[in-house]
Amino acid sequence: MKSSTTLDPVLQKLPKAKRRRSFSKRDRLTLGIFIGIPTFLHVALVWFPAAATIYLSFTYWTGIHIGDIQWAGLANYENIFFNTPIFWDALRVNVVWLIWFGAIATPLGILLAYQIDREIRGSKFYQAAYYLPVVLSLAVIGVIWNFLLRPDGLVNGLLGLEISEAVSFFGDDRYNIWVILTMASWRHIGYIMLLYLAGLKAVDASLREAASIDGATEWQSFRKVVFPTMKPVNVIVIVITIIESLRAFDLIYIIYGSSGGLPILGVLVFQNIAGEGASMKGAAYAVILFLLSIVPIIAYLRAQFKEDVK
Amino acid sequence: MSVTEGKVENKAERKLFKEQERLKKVKDAQKVKDRIISVFIGFFAIAWLFPIVWTFYSSLRPYKEIRAGGVLSFPKVLNFDNYTSAISRMELPTYFFNTALITLPAVFLILLLGSLMAFVVTRYSFRANVALLLLFTAGNLLPPQLVFIPVFKMYLAIGDLVGDRRFLYDSPLGVILIHVAFQMGFATFVLSSYMKTIPKEISESALVDGASVFTHFFRVMLPLLRPPLASLGVLMTTWIYNDFFWALVLMSTDSKRPITSGLGRLTGEFVTDYNLLAAGAMIAALPTMVVFFVLRKQFVSGLTLGATKG
Repeated sequence: MKSSTTLDPVLQKLPKAKRRRSFSKRDRLTLGIFIGIPTFLHVALVWFPAAATIYLSFTYWTGIHIGDIQWAGLANYENIFFNTPIFWDALRVNVVWLIWFGAIATPLGILLAYQIDREIRGSKFYQAAYYLPVVLSLAVIGVIWNFLLRPDGLVNGLLGLEISEAVSFFGDDRYNIWVILTMASWRHIGYIMLLYLAGLKAVDASLREAASIDGATEWQSFRKVVFPTMKPVNVIVIVITIIESLRAFDLIYIIYGSSGGLPILGVLVFQNIAGEGASMKGAAYAVILFLLSIVPIIAYLRAQFKEDVK
Repeated sequence: MSVTEGKVENKAERKLFKEQERLKKVKDAQKVKDRIISVFIGFFAIAWLFPIVWTFYSSLRPYKEIRAGGVLSFPKVLNFDNYTSAISRMELPTYFFNTALITLPAVFLILLLGSLMAFVVTRYSFRANVALLLLFTAGNLLPPQLVFIPVFKMYLAIGDLVGDRRFLYDSPLGVILIHVAFQMGFATFVLSSYMKTIPKEISESALVDGASVFTHFFRVMLPLLRPPLASLGVLMTTWIYNDFFWALVLMSTDSKRPITSGLGRLTGEFVTDYNLLAAGAMIAALPTMVVFFVLRKQFVSGLTLGATKG
């Protein structure tokens, strides 16, 4: 667009078909505003701060005067890797989370979608039931589950335990991670089901029918017929599974506050970037969080932009 | 008719009959299987809804009763008292107003700027098109924690520049801007894939008629974008409504926070009256539930627009 004025004389000489349409001054201004405002906002509030955080993660800074920023090299990262045992605890929780989502929650969501897609009786109701939790905020989900699991909640009531001897589902290290994963899956399964169901709608039903007439078992027809045609959705489901597992924050924060009863990366970052404990170690944590999710991000972008780049 | 011909016909008939038998068997087996699966899925669907139903039921009972008789006691009182006192004691109307103050302008700006961006990127050919789209889509996937520190400092600095420290930090405007900056990427991506399906001829005829860029967008393209805008609008409203992180870190005054982060604070404050909190959570979930039941189609297609491109 910028070059169209200066190149105009040259373009005039080119055959008409190849010539770029030139814009009036007003149109050029309009186009500039149309992409200028969104791009400025996006770069100023997303990309610039992201780059700044990466830089800051290599510095010491109290966060008050820009002049006080001191180069620290890898000190913040060394501090995290070698002197902060809780980082490894948190990473372990995130990995368990990822494995749980990847091996149990996501496959269950896909299975549900696959079965519901066959329009079995009541499938409309089932769909609604499974994805109702998807529209709830994690804050609300925290309150709802707390209702079941509190010392004087339903589960302890059913177990016949008095408050004094009640199982502390959120406090006890033996249970808390599994309880929280159940809560998180409650929402995640519905979400995956929803995405997959939409993808399945696009798969030709006659393909599945043909496979079953040819004597393919359910599993074979899923693996050989349905799954391969669902590649775009598969990529998205995988990306969502990884990103949600690595960035889990809301649910834990709602239950434990910033004290962190269960160490997890999202909360560790929060503790170190917000409030009184803020330091550039927090920036380093944020960068680690980013690096961990960079592989799925790139996979997603590649899948989405493959044709465009060609 | 010769004897041999009859035999052949007979054989073919028998084969056809056998094949039909087999198909019938396959279908019958499938029917039985479907019924079993249906029962299973139905059972889980009810289990899925149970936490919400239980919270709702509890919200209708006074907490005193549970203290006295335990959670499983037979309800003597069932009414909406908790709701009326939640609304007044938790200042829910204020929180709802705060939410609206953030959500409505943010969604409007996301849709407007996202469609402008998508419009230019898909309808006018620049070399930077793919790069811009990639920039926006990738930006949308960055972890919010990665951008927080610099955004926070920038907000304070801009506040000092304007002469009002709370111009962006601790103000709805700041939260709106960060939502817009982030979610615009998703909107641009979804809208641009939708625009690619709109025939180019429509744009060309507008250009032949001598329409300016401005008219081309607002008169020709925007009306065609109604379906994806509706879906995106619903999806973005639920997302921003449910957002927890940004309102938590970019606001320091509790009374300015939107309802979902407000709920986090109320959880601590009303820990002595859990049934009141349940009523509060139900009220907080109400708008998204309404969206879910009334605009489910838009919500689902909004989610899947991004997932199943093109």
